[in-house]
Amino acid sequence: MSPKQQTRLVFVVALVIGVSLAAFLVFKALGQNMMYFYQPSQVAAGEAPTDQRFRVGGLVVPGSVSRSKDTLAVDFDVTDNVGTTTVRFNGILPDLFREGQGIIAHGKLKGDVFEADKVLAKHDENYMPPEIADALKKSNDGVMPFGDGKGMARKVMTNEVQPK
Amino acid sequence: MWSFLHRLSSPPTFYRWSGVITPIFAVIAAALLLVGTVWGLAFTPTDYQQGDSFRIIYVHVPAAMLSLSVYMAMAFSAAIFLIWRIKLADVFAASFAPVGAAFTLLALVTGSIWGRPTWGTWWEWDARLTSELILLFLYLGVMALRSSLPERNQAARAAALLAIVGVVNVPIIHFSVEWWNSLHQGSTVSKLGRPAIDPSMATPLYLMIFGFMFFWLANAFSRARVEIVDREQNKRWVREALGDKAEMQRRAGEK
Repeated sequence: MSPKQQTRLVFVVALVIGVSLAAFLVFKALGQNMMYFYQPSQVAAGEAPTDQRFRVGGLVVPGSVSRSKDTLAVDFDVTDNVGTTTVRFNGILPDLFREGQGIIAHGKLKGDVFEADKVLAKHDENYMPPEIADALKKSNDGVMPFGDGKGMARKVMTNEVQPK
Repeated sequence: MWSFLHRLSSPPTFYRWSGVITPIFAVIAAALLLVGTVWGLAFTPTDYQQGDSFRIIYVHVPAAMLSLSVYMAMAFSAAIFLIWRIKLADVFAASFAPVGAAFTLLALVTGSIWGRPTWGTWWEWDARLTSELILLFLYLGVMALRSSLPERNQAARAAALLAIVGVVNVPIIHFSVEWWNSLHQGSTVSKLGRPAIDPSMATPLYLMIFGFMFFWLANAFSRARVEIVDREQNKRWVREALGDKAEMQRRAGEK
């Protein structure tokens, strides 16, 4: 390598390192703002804003879903296995909404209840045919070992270990 | 070793061997994509939660994976060009950009179509979605920068710099679903341990991923061939390789 090429090599490496460092600092400064949603335990701890809209994400607690008889209104609890937040929603839920499934609700906190105007289903990374899902469920006492929003559950677990 | 590589990358030699290999890439790509598509759409079971809408994975995942790989390849070529000033590296950096941008757009569009029924939204400003959108803008920026400067060498160097700076976005896209709470799920294919996708669904997915790879190679090589002929159009080897029309007519007249 000629000295000129060496200089250019050093320049390119320095450029990549410099830009990575800058990006790292930017994301470090943004911190919590990069999070797409808050977890119910964070909401319970008062880390979520009370005066503005935000998102809360967690698993729908089985048995907590109660629908109104004559409107679309629905109440349910979401949990990250640490804290629980009650969500009230008036609208059409996505297809993948079900008990035990990960969801993300967008709205505002009113007292202890989170009033959502949008509910999104969070899909996990598991794909399988229905027969295999049934077999898995049967072999695990009727509970899905994964596929029940485990992607989120795993994330919840890791955050549990390292609270922010 | 180095002299061998050097000879391979000289424009006339490259033009000759790439002429043989490019159609082979294209045939492999067509075969893999055809088998993968038919298999994925018609012969895989439905997903236990998403039903048939999961089948978009056969386009979305390969397109998204390749959008990152192509960017890395483009930035790597750009770095080689910037340091060693090898012409062919710049030709490839230029050839990778359009196909990478197309893969990125495809990943964004298919993701949006899938997100509507699954998540309940076309678009959210989620870390994964946003960083992939930035990747599209990076590709477009690299292409625009190259074509906006009149002097070829200057344009190549500017585009190479932008491509290298943009590399920082690649790990951000890849790890966005790990680092931040995001709407987008974690990786299905590269997850270690228990495979997150049933084997009956995975095989056509791997066929599609390799099909996309060969499509990329075929596309980039044919672009590179055109680019190299365009750049060296006044050189003798080009006239010899393509056959100079006037020259041939003159010879025909002499006979």
